[in-house]
Amino acid sequence: MIAYIMCFILFLTGLYGVITRRNLVKIAVSLSIMEISTFLFFALLGYIDGGVAPIVDPSDPAKVYVDPLPQALVLTAIVIGLATTSMLMAVIIRLYRKYGTFDIREIKNLRG
Amino acid sequence: MNQLIPLFVVIPLAAAFLIMIIGRFVEEFNKYFTSIVLMFLAFMSFYFLFNTGENMFVYKVGGWEPVNNIPIGIYMVLDGFSVIVVCIINLVGFLSAIYSISYIKRYTSPNYYYALFCLMIGGMNGVVLSGDLFNIFVFLEISVISSYALVAFGVESNELEASFKYQILGGLASFLILFGIGFIYWKTKTLNIADIKSAFSNGYNKTTYLFIQILMLSGFGLKAAIIPFHAWLPDAHSSAPSPISAMLSGIFIKAVGIYVLIRLFFNMFAITEGMAILITVLGTVSMVIGVFLAIGQWDIKRLLAYHSISQMGYVVMSVGIGMILLSKGVKPEIASLAIAGGIFHLINHAAFKGLLFLNAGAIEYTTGTRNLREMGGLAKNMPVTSATSFIASMSISGVPPFNGFFSKLIIIIAAIMAGFYLLAALAVVVSIITLASFMKFQRYAFYNKPDNSKSQNIKEVPFPMMFSMVTMSIICILLSLLVVPAIRDTILTPAINVLADPLKYSTTVLIQ
Repeated sequence: MIAYIMCFILFLTGLYGVITRRNLVKIAVSLSIMEISTFLFFALLGYIDGGVAPIVDPSDPAKVYVDPLPQALVLTAIVIGLATTSMLMAVIIRLYRKYGTFDIREIKNLRG
Repeated sequence: MNQLIPLFVVIPLAAAFLIMIIGRFVEEFNKYFTSIVLMFLAFMSFYFLFNTGENMFVYKVGGWEPVNNIPIGIYMVLDGFSVIVVCIINLVGFLSAIYSISYIKRYTSPNYYYALFCLMIGGMNGVVLSGDLFNIFVFLEISVISSYALVAFGVESNELEASFKYQILGGLASFLILFGIGFIYWKTKTLNIADIKSAFSNGYNKTTYLFIQILMLSGFGLKAAIIPFHAWLPDAHSSAPSPISAMLSGIFIKAVGIYVLIRLFFNMFAITEGMAILITVLGTVSMVIGVFLAIGQWDIKRLLAYHSISQMGYVVMSVGIGMILLSKGVKPEIASLAIAGGIFHLINHAAFKGLLFLNAGAIEYTTGTRNLREMGGLAKNMPVTSATSFIASMSISGVPPFNGFFSKLIIIIAAIMAGFYLLAALAVVVSIITLASFMKFQRYAFYNKPDNSKSQNIKEVPFPMMFSMVTMSIICILLSLLVVPAIRDTILTPAINVLADPLKYSTTVLIQ
């Protein structure tokens, strides 16, 4: 249970960072922290105490296996996370070239 | 029929791939190929629209048959509701692609544009057709990432800023959704929507259930830009290239936001009264606040973007009224009427908001400005744009005999019959303010005398743009025919039946 709570705290840490940071790169890093906490949650879902890798062994029916589906999901989610992070970084680099700063308070053309 | 369903996803994905490869060697390949592909998809979706009826087509990806009635593969489900959304996605997508042929000449690297365009269409089709929660997430990310890139396509400071804001809020929404999916998997050990429904019907922990519902509502609410979550929408929709704005406002927020919300809350969760009231309140708030934010805008595309929030509020409010009635178990025929009004308005909004954004793009294309104060007297030089935008403005403000009138009328009648007089009155007031704000748009853009001589050499837009706008305006008028009982029964009624009967979806999918 403690692992789940830690994972939720990590999520809230990321959320706090996204809301309070002023630096574009730090916002992106906070977003990645949230992402990782979600992945961790998925990995925890599939874990079973004393389970082994899910390669079925017919000779030993008493064996306990971990749930393979969350692992597959988390792999997919990591690939998606890579795409979102690199897209975000590309936009941040472009923004830096336009404005010459990473400070979000200086970047406010769009209002109203 | 079942075997054709994956084509809606496979064809656009393959087209995106081919455009990147062949477009490198063959000039002009990208634009015509995209248009042909989307025309094919639009025809195919119409074929499905007239042949689906009450049927539900289920395609099992990879041919994994269920074991002991427990689905183990990924399901793609096409029913009366999803076929309508697929239809508007591909139709608006096709017209935007035609429009892009001329419009996109001002940007460099058209190959990337068309490849991202196809990816976005493929992702949205996937979201709508998927019957599996995690698959919805994957397709949602495909379409959302391509829309991030398309919003930033101009790579000027405004576009980049809008895209950054959109990415942060979109990323937040994605992780909330993923968290919700994780919780659902934890509690039910399955990801198939129909199977989750039957797992939840065996009993559940109330607190966890509420937590999952809140996570899903805030995640997809962020994607749908319901009012407390709306901050990204006006920036993103006004900064994107106009055909993309038409897609984002016309279909994107519906396909990945409203559609999934409706699908999950009607067909996956058991409808609870508290949640139904919350959704109705959110809808009403976005309907009212959206229009007040819109009326003060002078940038055409920002004005239209705020109106998207307000019009989506109508849809959410109407569907919410239906949910309240269903959860109480009273007056089922009025609940059906409210849901019908919501879905009808969703279809109409795709037509007229798409058209309005294309008009805004046409104005920007010829005059080079989006500020209403700097334009005027365009009606003489741009008759087609002026006429089509008049039709769209009257549709969105609910003036008879255009389509918006009938859907708003159904929503208001349903609210009155259900006893929500305040909501009905608010819907009327918002409709009047919408009319006022579009009178301002018409007057300043098309009829005021220009105070400078710059507008003398303004010409009408090229043929592909005109073609899209005229077709959209014809669709706007034709959609009023959906109130005719014979047409309504073939198109709208199957969608309402899927939603109004809480068990129909899950039982039908699980026995296939």
